[in-house]
Amino acid sequence: MTHSAPPPGPDSASTSQADVDAEMAAITAAYDASATVASDPETQPRLNYPPYRSSLLRHPTKDLHHADPEGIELRAPVFGHRDVGRLESDLTIQDGGEPIGERMVVTGRVLDGDGRPVRHQLVEVWQANSAGRYIHKRDQHPAPIDPHFTGVGRTLTDDEGRYTFTTIKPGPYPWKNHLNAWRPAHIHFSLFGTDFTQRLVTQMYFPGDPLFALDPIYQSIVDPAARARLVATYDHSVTQHEWATGYSWDIVLTGSHRTPFEDVEEEIA
Amino acid sequence: MSDLAPTPGQTVGPFFGYALPFTGGEDLVPISHPRAIRLHGTVYDGAGEPVPDAIIELWQADEDGRVPQVEGSRARDGWTFTGFGRTPVDDTGHYSFTTLVPGAGSVGAAPFFAVTVFARGLLHRLLTRAYLPLDDEAAAADALLGSLPEERRDTLVVRPDEHGFVFDIRLQGEGETVFLEHGTS
Repeated sequence: MTHSAPPPGPDSASTSQADVDAEMAAITAAYDASATVASDPETQPRLNYPPYRSSLLRHPTKDLHHADPEGIELRAPVFGHRDVGRLESDLTIQDGGEPIGERMVVTGRVLDGDGRPVRHQLVEVWQANSAGRYIHKRDQHPAPIDPHFTGVGRTLTDDEGRYTFTTIKPGPYPWKNHLNAWRPAHIHFSLFGTDFTQRLVTQMYFPGDPLFALDPIYQSIVDPAARARLVATYDHSVTQHEWATGYSWDIVLTGSHRTPFEDVEEEIA
Repeated sequence: MSDLAPTPGQTVGPFFGYALPFTGGEDLVPISHPRAIRLHGTVYDGAGEPVPDAIIELWQADEDGRVPQVEGSRARDGWTFTGFGRTPVDDTGHYSFTTLVPGAGSVGAAPFFAVTVFARGLLHRLLTRAYLPLDDEAAAADALLGSLPEERRDTLVVRPDEHGFVFDIRLQGEGETVFLEHGTS
């Protein structure tokens, strides 16, 4: 029996990678020529990024409206070990057998915009397996499911704001944005801060991925320094002898609106 | 103080369904709670079509306006009000929470639910507020509502229905929901 790539399905977009590359290059050129690129670089993805086709009808057309955070927005939900099992940070031991792939440890700190650690807060991750397949009914990529890997983990940060996951390096996978579109390998991260306004869902990538330049989701962060903040660092001090490779990735949330004085009051109280 | 550059957001993608939702995520209180209300609505895209792959988070004060700071949102005991809920929309773009009416955070403040929207196709989460119904005078006195023209203001106010309130979310186009930024992105 031979395996070959399935023919493009009826829902495969007909746009080529070259067409998407040209669209992305035009956006980059306009950004590089803008007056504010040096003084006020963009820090977040564009909500309106047409090369990512699914964003076309799902981005607000009006500017985000400024609001001073009030009441509930100045606090975040509290999670504890009642909510998160201590073994849930190890994605390699969840299903009675060893998952296939490159075992790795990913660790880092969750900080607010002032560099203060976000302590004892929930971090959730989800990812494809080493073959680039998610355990999700909507993932139809004909790569093998690993019966010993769900790709879901969660943990609480420690006193220094540090999280650590043990997992398998995810594979890249195809998607239907355009013809022959592939996502760079990534791990989805969900984070809470000390204020609800700091809520963040993002993706961590791996250094040197050849798919970066081709991926409209990664490129939707048009500032190169900003998108580089999503790339983990290979860290040999995290790599463990005869066991797992190691990656470091710190996450900085937007600044807390609470003053240090309020936090001191809380600690005293 | 240092001012570190923030880590950018990325879309939640299509495959969060086995990772982010949790049992009881939509029930901040049991439906049998004597003062349980429903907060529900539909997420629409710019063509007016329901968005079937969004996930909504709710964060709110208790009935007295206090901000809960207790664990147990992911492992609910049915008795503790944690103030946090999370639910994916269904195939018709509809979400539904069972919760309590939030009280005012301070005297005279207009009570609201804090709502966060994530979806495939949405490159960064959107933050908004769902205010309880209020009269024009109270709306004008609220810092956020008072800063908005009336037709936009209405997108942030829930509509009463049989069991509670409706809060539809329109990502784009006519009646586009007001989404917020808090000044430090």
